[in-house]
Amino acid sequence: MEEKAIICKDLTKQFGGFYAVSNISFEVNRGEIFGFLGANGAGKTTAMRILCGLSFPTSGEATVAGFNVYNQQESIKKNIGYMSQKFSLYENLSIMENIEFFGGVYGLSRPEIKERSNKLVEDLGLKKEAKKMVGGLPLGWKQKLAFSVAIFHRPKIVFLDEPTGGVDPVTRRQFWDMIYDAAASGITIFVTTHYMDEAEYCNRVSIMVDGRLEALDTPGNLKKRFSSDSMDEVFYNLARRALRKDD
Amino acid sequence: MKRISFILQKEFRQIFRDKTILVMMFAVPTIQLIIIPQAINFDVKNINISVVDLDHSSFSQKLISKIGSSGYFRIVSADLSYRQALKHIEKEEADLVMEIPVGFERNLVREGAQKIGISVDAINGTKATIGYAYLNSIIAEFNTGLDINQVELSGNHSMAGIIEIEYSNWFNPMAEYKYYIVPGVLVLLLTMIGGFITALNIVREKEAGTIEQINVTPIKKWEFILGKLIPFWIIGMIVFSVGLIVCWLVYGIVSVGSMALLYLIAAVYMIALLGFGLLISTFSDSQVQAMFVAFFFIMIFILMSGLFTSVESMPSWARAISNLTPTTHFMKIVRMIMMKGSGLTDLKIELYYIIAFAFGLNGWAIWNYKKTS
Amino acid sequence: MKQLFVFIRKEFYHVFRDPRTLLIMFGLPLVQIILFGFALTSEVKNAHIFISDNAQDVQTTQIIQKIKSSSYFSVEEAVIGNKKIESILRRGNTRCVLIFPPNFGNDLLHTGKAQVQIIADGSDPNTAKTIINYLTSIISEYQHQVYSTASLPFQIIPETRMLYNEEGNGSLNYIPGVMALILMIVCTALTSVSIVKEKELGTMEVLLVSPFKPVMVLISKAVPYLLLSLVNFTFILLLSVFVLDVEIKGNLSLLFFESTLFIITCLSFGLLISNTTNSQQTALLLSMMGMMLPTIIFTGFLFPLENMPLIFRLISNLVPAKWYFTIIKCVMLKGLGFQYVWKETLVLIGMTIFLLTVSLKNFKIRLQ
Repeated sequence: MEEKAIICKDLTKQFGGFYAVSNISFEVNRGEIFGFLGANGAGKTTAMRILCGLSFPTSGEATVAGFNVYNQQESIKKNIGYMSQKFSLYENLSIMENIEFFGGVYGLSRPEIKERSNKLVEDLGLKKEAKKMVGGLPLGWKQKLAFSVAIFHRPKIVFLDEPTGGVDPVTRRQFWDMIYDAAASGITIFVTTHYMDEAEYCNRVSIMVDGRLEALDTPGNLKKRFSSDSMDEVFYNLARRALRKDD
Repeated sequence: MKRISFILQKEFRQIFRDKTILVMMFAVPTIQLIIIPQAINFDVKNINISVVDLDHSSFSQKLISKIGSSGYFRIVSADLSYRQALKHIEKEEADLVMEIPVGFERNLVREGAQKIGISVDAINGTKATIGYAYLNSIIAEFNTGLDINQVELSGNHSMAGIIEIEYSNWFNPMAEYKYYIVPGVLVLLLTMIGGFITALNIVREKEAGTIEQINVTPIKKWEFILGKLIPFWIIGMIVFSVGLIVCWLVYGIVSVGSMALLYLIAAVYMIALLGFGLLISTFSDSQVQAMFVAFFFIMIFILMSGLFTSVESMPSWARAISNLTPTTHFMKIVRMIMMKGSGLTDLKIELYYIIAFAFGLNGWAIWNYKKTS
Repeated sequence: MKQLFVFIRKEFYHVFRDPRTLLIMFGLPLVQIILFGFALTSEVKNAHIFISDNAQDVQTTQIIQKIKSSSYFSVEEAVIGNKKIESILRRGNTRCVLIFPPNFGNDLLHTGKAQVQIIADGSDPNTAKTIINYLTSIISEYQHQVYSTASLPFQIIPETRMLYNEEGNGSLNYIPGVMALILMIVCTALTSVSIVKEKELGTMEVLLVSPFKPVMVLISKAVPYLLLSLVNFTFILLLSVFVLDVEIKGNLSLLFFESTLFIITCLSFGLLISNTTNSQQTALLLSMMGMMLPTIIFTGFLFPLENMPLIFRLISNLVPAKWYFTIIKCVMLKGLGFQYVWKETLVLIGMTIFLLTVSLKNFKIRLQ
């Protein structure tokens, strides 16, 4: 039996009377590229934060890499990688220093870190810039670097929160190449985005509207179901009924 | 265990890369330590007095010259009228006005008593009361020394019962204010650094979003917190050492008591302060917030610590509050060790307070800091 | 014009939404006024002294009683040997030890003279001096009471008036001091941070690219803090009047005029600070931690300026808070009019113009 990477059942997060996430249920398979879509304010980030162990759910169940989100967060964290919206690398540390830090935090030994980081900067074409401060890098490079750091320790699952915000289409395409490579090596990818064209790159997508899961299927099936030519249209059909405007 | 070494490596790299903060942490305290004790002087001398002598008799002139030669007063003007003298007070040129009325000498001899008018600028309470007290005692001395009184006194044999008071000042024989204030300023600066820097640093990470990145890793709470405390603790102790060196080089002040004890207690105090900064950071989301809250409390700590005014003179409610601040106890300890050579047994109670604060503040901060919200 | 109002309103929202900013703006002056008004004093009260009465006779008992009944001291009594004195003083709670020799009463009666020893903890020299003075005067009083059968036939009696402070409200000095300190620090900090924050976030560039002239951007930052500081100032005034029972003797409009001027000076200074750094952290540390002690020292409200070495007195002339402090003292507490403070006002105006010019120039240069 193949163990599921992520299992969610009736997951709910409530802030006072406001339901940020409302009874969502879904499963993500190992090695899948799972797109977690929705408009701003739909509850994507909140849900993801629960799965990463950053936030407690109000009710419902969820397991990530086989560990539950209520009391096994530290085990979850050992097995996942994370790339936040702000890209969260240390701006006043160099590329190598950032890699070294996160590698060490995830328990890699110094020789291991050295070997992998050298390979990493070569693959990214950043060998010459390795000692430069991250703060001075252009956005596209920062992005790719942040992703690489997130999977540096070869986690089982990597969570990406709007990873391609603000960059040109070519860079976005390159980024997705990196995602494919990671998936091919066995890492499950959980990515949120509101670029609907990126949805096409995923194995399956879910669409959240107003805290609820309104659709879950492959892009192809969703387009058929909603008689649309593009995910954009699918999304538009679902989301225009949304009441919430902002995250 | 290994993780901590990576964390510390990152923290130190970041700290040393931020040159401005380094400069602030060392230069600002050092400069202030050099300047401030030289500026502060509580000795009340040079009290400015305007004299209005309407009598121009030998008595009045003797009184005036006695006042002028006392060393406490500076006679800034001899005015013709009270109104004129008052202007000096208005213009902040005089602190007191003494008015000797017409017929002073004559009335004193004839009727046995004569009033003198003294007006005090009571806005500056300290100077005023002290000046007024000095003036009173000079007048009393003058009174006793008057020829007419002396005759009476020497003839009176039952004038027995003179109590001679012999007094001495221990630990500070020359009664120099600098020994008192310099250690105080050192404590003050250490307090500001410890309190502000940690709070700002952590909140900065919050604002940048890198804290979230940390929270998502397997870094344990205690590892993260130690990773923040240790570098700043080391820096704090270095600042303390630099401060002690400045005390020695600039003021010639060396600790009378055990340096080891001083460092030990400073180490604990530093931990308490950093815990305070840590605690504040758990309650703040932005640097401005953190700074404001920290400033609010540190200002209270400093004012209530006995740095400038004594704790015993406070009303009991204020004394209770003062005892609830760690700075009060450290201030006392530093002064006791540096000036009196007090030992561990003498300082037991204050030390317990500081240890309690170190545990309490850090404990609260650790409990408050949640990787998962 | 309308745009300006929008910006101003935005800054107001920022401040009022955050309880911590309010804490600094109102909590801080409140706490300071209470502390200075009720808790902090340079007088000596409850000083803990130790009396070792080796004579235990009528005279010593009487003297000790007199000492106990004064509010200056809190007395602990025991007969101790000389060796213990040092450890008592080292212990830190006792300010001085008063020692009566064994034959005190007898000596006084039979030889007409007796001695008393006071050993003071000199580590706080001022308190030590004061305590010795108090003890001396209590003992002299006793001496005169019991042994002077003749009082001085000719007495000079000083008749005293406490000017400006008829109620004898401790020291009123600190009220203008607190005003100067709070306005200086809060105003400078808020302004500099507000500007630097926009720089950090990158929104400053957005503003500057807009049809707004750079000067307008700065004005939009300054005006809300100007108004807020005036509110702050009024708050401190109200506190002084209602909590401390202090009378405002001078002209209110003059008071407000001068305060507005000083606030503008602080704002310019905040602007200057914001030009020197792009980091909120530095701006905050500079304007709060860096300014606190110099402002306290060089205004002269805690420590008399006259006692400072010449160089510091000269430096204090460069500190705007010092001039403002003098002005407020004269106008609010002494009730004097403009003719007494025109010089100081001119100095403040000059400083403001200088600060504004320098920072505006600097600001423009940074844009290039």
